[in-house]
Amino acid sequence: MSDLPLPPKVSGDDGGTGHLEELRSDPIGLMWRVRHECGEVGEFRLADDDVVLLSGAEANEVFFRASDEELDQAAAYPFMTPVFGEGVVFDATPEERRRALHNQSLRDKYMRGHAEVFTTELDRMVADWGDEGEIDLLDWTAELFIYTSSATLIGRRFRDELDVRYAHLFHDLEQGTDALAFVDPYADVESFRRRDAARAELVALIGGIMAARQAAEPPAAEDRDLVDVLLSLRHEDGSPYVTPDQFTGMFISMMFAGHHTTSTTASWAIIELLRHPDVLAKVQAELDELARTSGGEITYHDLRGVPWLEATIKETLRLHPPLILLLRKVMVPFDVGGYHVPAGKLVGASPAVSNRLPGAFDAPDEFRPERYVDPNQDDLDNPWNWIPFGAGRHRCVGAAFALMQLKAVFCRLLADFSFEAAQPPETYRNDHSKMVVQLAQPCVVRYRRRVPADAVGAGAAS
Amino acid sequence: MSWRIEVDLDLCQSHGVCEGEAPELFEVPKRSQVRVLDTTPPDELRARAEAAVRFCPTHALKIVETETEESN
Repeated sequence: MSDLPLPPKVSGDDGGTGHLEELRSDPIGLMWRVRHECGEVGEFRLADDDVVLLSGAEANEVFFRASDEELDQAAAYPFMTPVFGEGVVFDATPEERRRALHNQSLRDKYMRGHAEVFTTELDRMVADWGDEGEIDLLDWTAELFIYTSSATLIGRRFRDELDVRYAHLFHDLEQGTDALAFVDPYADVESFRRRDAARAELVALIGGIMAARQAAEPPAAEDRDLVDVLLSLRHEDGSPYVTPDQFTGMFISMMFAGHHTTSTTASWAIIELLRHPDVLAKVQAELDELARTSGGEITYHDLRGVPWLEATIKETLRLHPPLILLLRKVMVPFDVGGYHVPAGKLVGASPAVSNRLPGAFDAPDEFRPERYVDPNQDDLDNPWNWIPFGAGRHRCVGAAFALMQLKAVFCRLLADFSFEAAQPPETYRNDHSKMVVQLAQPCVVRYRRRVPADAVGAGAAS
Repeated sequence: MSWRIEVDLDLCQSHGVCEGEAPELFEVPKRSQVRVLDTTPPDELRARAEAAVRFCPTHALKIVETETEESN
């Protein structure tokens, strides 16, 4: 039995569902108030759940080093169960996650082949662009990353069977993550109805894809993808190994974590670059140099040689982490920061808060990609505060995949196009009304086809 | 100057980048975390060990200078 006191409670409990309404309107404001009033350990309330929010390196390290048996991830996200569907486990043990890596082609030896897929998909998305025009960042990135994720994680054959409808349905799933799920994940509200309708529509569409494949001649062995493999499996009694509902659950669970996160990060990277034309110029100079030396094709190896682009993505992730609150359920009581946390509570860490702690980062609210340009390495120097991907044993298993994907896409996109704001730059903002954070619309930017700097010089000289 | 390679197995997620950089030093078998094949390698493998450390996606590896190591 610990002699330590229980964590202090933050102000603002409304006496009903506690801080639920504040979490649904201003979650970052709530979490900073916990930090300011309570310090590294403080508590807020979501209906029947107390959430002990941790911040700072010492408390975060305790959080991220804990095992599943101590702090359980699966039990902490009630809003995800209806998205994935019954029988699809949201999260797995570290051992199962490692195994899934081998199956889901995140392993390094598969990654080396993904760079080309990413640039191919980007080329398809800009094929109908003129010399200038406007795009909505949320819509455009949501569609792009449906295609890249499906092509690399499931197969190119499957990707070619998808279209923009899948991006719209994913958007409805993402918008169905209202924190109201802490009270009732099946409450009769519009966003939950749309979530359930979107999932049903996905099952119907994917069922159609599966039926069409079964009716057609099987593809050549080298063209087979995950869907073909699953369709070829049979239970002993001859019944199919996966139903459309089960495969849709697998599809959503494989794609979900990497979709809204990558889409939001790509969007904010473009916004930060148009707000900071000096950084955009540095990135484009780097890409022009790469184009001169690489001969056009971007390889896995090339993607290591773009420090300003990489730093731009890292700084975007620090300022605009796509997940703002990571949660676990306390299974084994523990002590942290001078307080005792009993079993049964939820415990959280916040990338939105820890990524901007003044003690860890100079000018924490400013976009300064030079933090990561050699010899600076603010990310590695702050392993428990620079946490856009989490940290420790639950660190996002797709982090390297995501970084490579973003670098590959931007290598092509920013070499060929520049971007300008199509609305006042300060009006780009996130919608925090759902647990999945996404850009609030409108979020329109103007693209303009560019002429590389050396080509401009050559033209002027001739 | 001697040096050795340390792994934090709380962090390793078996991505296999280290094996891609320096197969003489690292093995990442299926369904298992990294195995360091030679924890005190010769200096000619230093650059490749450093690449493995640098590109490890979970920052699970580090190189420790054994003659300047501080006890903690």
